[in-house]
Amino acid sequence: MPEEGMEDSKGGEERPKWNNKAEYLLTCIGFAVGVGNVWRFPYLCQIYGGGAFLIPYLIALVFQGLPLLYLELAIGQRLRMGSIGVWNSISPYLGGVGVASMVVSFCVSLFYNTIVAWVLWYLFNSFQEPLPWSQCPLNHNNTGYVEECVESTPVNYFWYRKTLNITPNMETSGSLQWWMVVSLATAWSIVYICFIRGIETIGKAVYVTATFPYLVLTIFLVRALTLPGAYEGLIYLFTWEILKNPQVWLDAATQIFFSLSVAFGGLISFSSYNNQKNNCEKDAVLVGVINSATSIYASIPIFAILGFKAHTNYVSCLNGNILALTNDFDISDMNITVENYEQWFDSLNGTHPSRVSDLNLKTCDLQTFLDQSASGTGLAFIVFTEAVISMPGSQVWAVLFFIMLFSLGLSSMFGNLEGVLTPLHDLKLVPKWMPNELFTAIICLLLFLMALIFCLGSGNYWLEIFNSYVGSVPFLIIAFFEIIAVAYIYGIGRFSDDLEFMTGHRPNIFWKVCWLVISPLMLFVVLVAYVAVQAQTPPTYAAWNPDYVNFPDTEVLPYPDWVFAICVLLSSVPVISIPLVAIYRLICCMSGRHSKDSLHNDPNPYANEDYVVERARP
Amino acid sequence: MLVRILVLLYLVGAPALAQTLCQPNASNGYRVRISIKTALGNQAYEWNENEMFLFQATMAFAMRRYYKTETYNVDNIIVCNQTRRVSFWFVVISPENPTMLIPKADVEKAVSALTTRLPCRPMSNSMSRHRINNAFLLTDRTLEFLGIHPTLAEPVNPDTPPWLIVFGVVIGAVFAGIIALLVSSLLQKRRKEKGMMEDGQDEEDRQMKGVENGINLDGIYNRGFTDDDRFTKL
Repeated sequence: MPEEGMEDSKGGEERPKWNNKAEYLLTCIGFAVGVGNVWRFPYLCQIYGGGAFLIPYLIALVFQGLPLLYLELAIGQRLRMGSIGVWNSISPYLGGVGVASMVVSFCVSLFYNTIVAWVLWYLFNSFQEPLPWSQCPLNHNNTGYVEECVESTPVNYFWYRKTLNITPNMETSGSLQWWMVVSLATAWSIVYICFIRGIETIGKAVYVTATFPYLVLTIFLVRALTLPGAYEGLIYLFTWEILKNPQVWLDAATQIFFSLSVAFGGLISFSSYNNQKNNCEKDAVLVGVINSATSIYASIPIFAILGFKAHTNYVSCLNGNILALTNDFDISDMNITVENYEQWFDSLNGTHPSRVSDLNLKTCDLQTFLDQSASGTGLAFIVFTEAVISMPGSQVWAVLFFIMLFSLGLSSMFGNLEGVLTPLHDLKLVPKWMPNELFTAIICLLLFLMALIFCLGSGNYWLEIFNSYVGSVPFLIIAFFEIIAVAYIYGIGRFSDDLEFMTGHRPNIFWKVCWLVISPLMLFVVLVAYVAVQAQTPPTYAAWNPDYVNFPDTEVLPYPDWVFAICVLLSSVPVISIPLVAIYRLICCMSGRHSKDSLHNDPNPYANEDYVVERARP
Repeated sequence: MLVRILVLLYLVGAPALAQTLCQPNASNGYRVRISIKTALGNQAYEWNENEMFLFQATMAFAMRRYYKTETYNVDNIIVCNQTRRVSFWFVVISPENPTMLIPKADVEKAVSALTTRLPCRPMSNSMSRHRINNAFLLTDRTLEFLGIHPTLAEPVNPDTPPWLIVFGVVIGAVFAGIIALLVSSLLQKRRKEKGMMEDGQDEEDRQMKGVENGINLDGIYNRGFTDDDRFTKL
């Protein structure tokens, strides 16, 4: 049994360990459960109908998500290294997979923490009465309200102008927004303090960051279900349509994939700090199931609150019409109510149709308001903030909501950053004299300085680019190579032996079939379909331009050429390391030189070099 | 006789004249719109003659406050064209000359009299408007003078934005935590190093003893047996 050879290739230095199993599980759950569970999954349920979306979602979870999750946790725990070390061990030719993981984790950390910074900004601003996004500010000479705010809504104005100070297009970069820089610095400081002692401090932090969102979701659930209009919102969860739209399968597969945070390398790092004799099969199933259950659980209060918001908008639309009718026809105050509006309208329209049409009454349809859906930052910072204004005790709900988003984002950041730090440690790139705290500080500072690009006026546009191009295709490619590497290059037999060593029993036929056939096939199909869909959509972005003719609608602009080139680079550079490393190793091997892995540089009496070479050759 | 006829005419004609002065869309009149039920809901009061009298009295009060020289009375406020909505038109006539209407602009100034002394007020910026509203338990929205825009409520601008305060608290706590953790790590490392140095000394001793005696000491070093040479002699 070759355990000895692979056990402690770090050469005598003790690897940090989790204090207890709970910390490890909470960290993995916190990493998997992120802001996407709150603001992406409910959106997909809304546009496809909850009942219709859940079926492909659960199928994707069982056949694609869980096998990948089990695979990553198992190899991390067995080989006890970060992503680069693990893939180097499995096959030196596929060492590029680890490098790619690290690079994407690095890029994702950049923009993900900016989102956390935005959440912090809103959180800081929630401690005011009245909430700053509830009313328009006055203009310079106090004669009226700011025009941009009047034409759109106070909520939109606060997001686009007061928070982002967004430029009309990507070419205009604008300047650094100091309040954003301040929020970003806070976000990175908080990440740093949690990372200061590695998993020792992370393990303490996750007790709060991983559990607090559930508490807030429950509070919101109770509050939201008592709000008027909640029922209409929840209907979406129970609509059932025939699964005729193939797009639903693509969205379900990508959602489960990105939601579980595989291919970041973070999960491999976390499980590498485990005891080797830990039952990772149960852990994987637990994390996967809890992640999906959280998504579904989060949908309920979100939908209820969206229903409340639609109801509020509908009532205020009707009230506007009622006021116009009452004033024009001099009807007694409050004679027309929301309930009898239809009858009044019909009778007045029958007797004085021209006068009624001159009033330009708005058509108020509850369904139109309910169909307004938003995902991502739009849901959190525009739709939800608007709903919160109408709830009694707005400040409390706003604070709770943003602390919840902050916890979700922070616990995901742990995994993102861990996917960067652990491989760097394993590659022995850290000089011996440098303490870990200093190294972590340097990395955090570097990421903070690079993320300042998102604090420019055009920062939001850049973030969308990073999100769409870095946070999508590269992961699919990495995961595909991961599963091929383990199932075919490492060998399912050897992998089963390792699993038997760790969990005490061999994996059953379900896992084997998934790893060998179903998951790679699904990943490949999803990858091809995703690229095909992306290629068909023209590369455009939605810009917020106050001078636009149709303002407040966003202006759809095409990407400038240089930006499009950057998009292509962002998608390809992370994964280019996979073929590059393979070619490099091939050249080294063919030139006859002994391929010395950097990991085996230090003389470790337990590492039998000859045995390593034999394993490396497929 | 003539005098009596004139007096009769005057007594009859004056209100009639007054009525002709007050007309919908009069050039010097304002339309008022009141929404009591919207403002007060269940506690809405009935709009009747007495409320109208109060309105005329408050308008006279507003005119008196603004034009401190002239004494306006309830008779100087003429109301007409009342609807169920509750809305009506009113004009103001001068106390000295009942046929002279007070110009629109002057009435507007009296209603929305700005005070320059007080800096900010949460609701209405005008003192008179505020008093008028309060007399009827209404607000700028529910007691409308069509044509007179309520001055916009100035936002309360604190010196330090509140978010900066929250930020200061959070960042202070985080930095304090970072420094505390770094310092404690440093202390821990120093303590470990000191402990290892002592261990190193003992190991050295052990090895030296081993070499000296020529026998490999396999057992556990007995700390009770200290090397007295290291301590100062008593």
